[in-house]
Amino acid sequence: MPKVTVDGTELEVPAGATVLQACELAGKEIPRFCYHERLSIAGNCRMCLVEVSPGPPKPQASCALPATEGQVIKTDSEMVKKAREGVMEFLLINHPLDCPICDQGGECDLQDQSVAYGRGASRYHENKRAVTDKYMGPLIKTQMTRCIHCTRCVRFSEEVAGVDEIGALYRGENMQISTYLEHAAKHELSANVIDLCPVGALTSRPYAFEARPWELKKTLSIDVSDAIGANIRLDSRGREVLRILPRVNDDVNEEWLSDKGRYQVDGLTKRRLDRPWIRRDGKLTPATWAEAFAAVASIKPGSSIAAVAGDLVDCETMFAAKTLLGALGSSLLEGRQTGMSYAADNLAAVNFNTTLAGIELADAVLIVGSHVRWEAPLLNARLRKAVKRGAKVFVVGPEYDLTYKAEFLGDDAALLGKLPKHVGEAFGAAKRPAVILGGAGLAKGALGPLLALAEQWNLVRTLEDGTAWNGFNVLHMAASRMGGLMLGYAQAGGIADLVAAKPKLVLSLGADEVDYTRFAGSMVVYIGHHGDKGAHAADIILPGSAYTEKAGTYVNTEGRVQFAEKAVFAPGDAREDWTILRALADAFGVSVGFDSFEDLRAAMIAAVPALGVEGLADYGALPKADKTATAEGTIAYPIKDFYLTNPIARASATMQRCSAELIHGEDFAEAAE
Amino acid sequence: MSLQDKDRIFTNLYGYQPWSLKAAMARGDWDNTKALLARGQDAIIQEIKDSGLRGRGGAGFPTGMKWSFMPKESRDGRPSFLVINADESEPGSCKDREIIRHDPHKLIEGALVAGFAMRARAAYIYIRGEYIREAETLFAAVAEAYDAGLLGKNACGSGYDFDVFVHRGAGAYICGEETAMIESLEGKKGQPRLKPPFPAGAGLYGCPTTVNNVESIAVAPTILRRGAGWFSSFGRDNNKGTKLFQISGHVNKPCVVEEEMSIPFHELIEKHCGGIRGGRDNLLAVIPGGSSVPLVPAEQIWDAPMDFDGLRALGSGLGTAAVIVMDKSTDIVRAISRLSYFYKHESCGQCTPCREGTGWMWRVMERLRTGDAAVEEIDMLQQVTKQVEGHTICALGDAAAWPIQGLIRHFRPEIERRIAENTREAAE
Repeated sequence: MPKVTVDGTELEVPAGATVLQACELAGKEIPRFCYHERLSIAGNCRMCLVEVSPGPPKPQASCALPATEGQVIKTDSEMVKKAREGVMEFLLINHPLDCPICDQGGECDLQDQSVAYGRGASRYHENKRAVTDKYMGPLIKTQMTRCIHCTRCVRFSEEVAGVDEIGALYRGENMQISTYLEHAAKHELSANVIDLCPVGALTSRPYAFEARPWELKKTLSIDVSDAIGANIRLDSRGREVLRILPRVNDDVNEEWLSDKGRYQVDGLTKRRLDRPWIRRDGKLTPATWAEAFAAVASIKPGSSIAAVAGDLVDCETMFAAKTLLGALGSSLLEGRQTGMSYAADNLAAVNFNTTLAGIELADAVLIVGSHVRWEAPLLNARLRKAVKRGAKVFVVGPEYDLTYKAEFLGDDAALLGKLPKHVGEAFGAAKRPAVILGGAGLAKGALGPLLALAEQWNLVRTLEDGTAWNGFNVLHMAASRMGGLMLGYAQAGGIADLVAAKPKLVLSLGADEVDYTRFAGSMVVYIGHHGDKGAHAADIILPGSAYTEKAGTYVNTEGRVQFAEKAVFAPGDAREDWTILRALADAFGVSVGFDSFEDLRAAMIAAVPALGVEGLADYGALPKADKTATAEGTIAYPIKDFYLTNPIARASATMQRCSAELIHGEDFAEAAE
Repeated sequence: MSLQDKDRIFTNLYGYQPWSLKAAMARGDWDNTKALLARGQDAIIQEIKDSGLRGRGGAGFPTGMKWSFMPKESRDGRPSFLVINADESEPGSCKDREIIRHDPHKLIEGALVAGFAMRARAAYIYIRGEYIREAETLFAAVAEAYDAGLLGKNACGSGYDFDVFVHRGAGAYICGEETAMIESLEGKKGQPRLKPPFPAGAGLYGCPTTVNNVESIAVAPTILRRGAGWFSSFGRDNNKGTKLFQISGHVNKPCVVEEEMSIPFHELIEKHCGGIRGGRDNLLAVIPGGSSVPLVPAEQIWDAPMDFDGLRALGSGLGTAAVIVMDKSTDIVRAISRLSYFYKHESCGQCTPCREGTGWMWRVMERLRTGDAAVEEIDMLQQVTKQVEGHTICALGDAAAWPIQGLIRHFRPEIERRIAENTREAAE
């Protein structure tokens, strides 16, 4: 723990800290462009120069200099002030200063720091450099004349994303950042470079010229595009969410967000269900709320009612539906739309127990039936970190590019019973072994054999430092899955039990992946927000709210309970889902015991206390493994198209274009600007 | 007194004899190298330290001390490497080229001796891309040495395994910077690394590495054979030994010549170069150490000792001892402006002050050349050079700033005259 002096204040800093970190600990702001906590140190912007003694009589780049015992650091000396002014002047001489037409305006590091640390006027009277813009795909808009060559984007794509998509060409003042041969950036996390770019060189293409940051209302929310539950911020103006940005949460998403979570936002205004619909003579026709409720009431289901929860719904909606069904005398609840029927009586067995942050420390990982890159891009970034630390990764499933070194063992689920010897040896030698079971593996019955392997490999153990380690993980794909399982949205036989019960009424809570032909004899009442597959199959549509339009509780795949807030109102006649379910109770003439959202949430927490506590829920110990369990069949990943996995994304023009261009290789002619 | 033929290290500098192994051995290279190695690593390093040899690549860091920074044993199994900098791209500099094309075995034997002394597994010779014939010679010479059992497993019968690899650059000046060279060797874009960590801790492929100039390595075997005392008998204190001087520009006979360190400038010129073109009075200024050191005006350089400390006292430096002589026919502003263009062209673009500053400085220099500027801009240019100098990752920023600073220091009246003339012409 070296002791350093920063501007006269002595303080102790953690071993291994840099001078920049020491200055921050001392409460000093150090301007920087290239330095980023989550990327390697480049030291190339030279903005963070400070005076350090002992050392050479020139300013030092504080981001790269280790803090050592007895250092005297000055951040406010004349030398430092001059150095900052000098670097700022250099950065600005070739910067276009087109702030009034730049999308970064108002949230630009260069703007802020030039006001704080720059000179008042320029002394540069030569011609400025102009750089041709580069094509980086449908998400990233470039204006490369603004680039200050901090290389954050290059380091992000190399280090975090793990693809060599972005690099620097040429040298000196001709240096240019580009994707190689101007191919589109294809990685699922590619748009994070927009956040990283400290200037307006890389901006958001779909959001171009939409709004200024100071016009936007900021709402804290949770991403529902996958089961990671990335923490996001919804930036809205009026009744529309204009963009989605990640928030920092080291336990969940660090500060990244998948491109889908970020850019499905325009789908929130397209294909929306903004009024009730009733199927008459085989055709859906518009209706009023009164007509719709009357139509639902006329079904008179009694206890012959079932509910299917979709992938995007919040816990409150599911609990309200569960209460309604309970009042009618039914408990036919299911959330696993595609027919999976794994045992859900012990949630520890279907949880990501290692936690997302913890998996970084794993030293041997077996992935069974999961296309991690598409099912949870943020988890893949974590796994990449583990591999960089030396972890060995084995995969059972069809081959794909994980962006890091992994051994594919084959795609037959039966392999779990006869893994190659070296895999067993690797797990025997591992200190922190982990397995990750994905949806494709669950579908082939891999849960049982994997639990047996968990026992055999002793995945639950106490580490040398005394902390507990649970290396058994299930990776879900739906934001609603863990919440649904906690609320009992699971039948022993899966959705087949619902089909077998032949309910008079199927309440579909935004369930768009269900094969509704199996419910041919039932009336389907769809409560949801998009005119997608579920709505097409419905007999009565009651327009609900998307995740941006309601407050809600979500539980991610590691059992982390998180709360989202409401950003905007649902369009047209659409209502918040719980109010619809409350009104349905009146239509059916039963009582559900809540009249406000607070009542509902209180009732839910009373029923499942873990949902009231933000953070990881405790699911107890893993169940005893059944040694005889076997899995068989060829594993096939369910996601065929990363960009089109949910109704919001399917409605999004941006996601459709990403799918067409990045996955299906279509060419799009660029409009001349 | 000056260097006698018997004391020359580079006895085939002019290529009067073949470069081949046979001829080199006749000149005394590879003579019982096994015995040199048998002295042991520490003894070799001590001998080099005692000889007072300072790095010949420009910075003048004591070579023996540099070698001693290398780990004595590998704690984690990482090998050590020697990288030999033959990316001679400094304008004015041309000594390594002569060594490689006429006396390559001096370098290769030096690589073995130095590599052995610093416990390196292999040496990488990074040769400038434009040196095509020289690279061919070097490849052939290395192959000869392997065939003769002088390199490879049990090199020279010493029991030490040592490999020498020759790697051709692609023509970027910045790859002569030691960490950029390491990056380039690793197959990456040649951009200098941040220090620390220094190469001796983590260099090539993350292993301990020493980067030395060709000349520093090539003189090592001779120093060991003839003794530290012999080598240190030349030159002033702290500036020992012999040195290859490369004199170009307005002298009657430009040449590369091995001379004692600390030889006075006028003696060097008159003895080897046939004097200044047009006589002493026609001398305008000298850039004594390659393009990146500040120029020295005629009256100051004439009696100055040509060594590290003597030239530093004049506000310049010995650099690689590439002496660029300019007589009074030189457009001095244009000359320095051309150097500015060189640095603008060769800046790697990684860090801000150099990337943006070199272009700015060159553009202002171009206007000063024609006088199309205001007098205040001279001060502004001086400030800009100060904003670049010392604020960059590597020394290229300094190298770009110094020639301009030297020009302003010594030739400000000339710049002001041009501005005044230009203004007058514009007024008429």
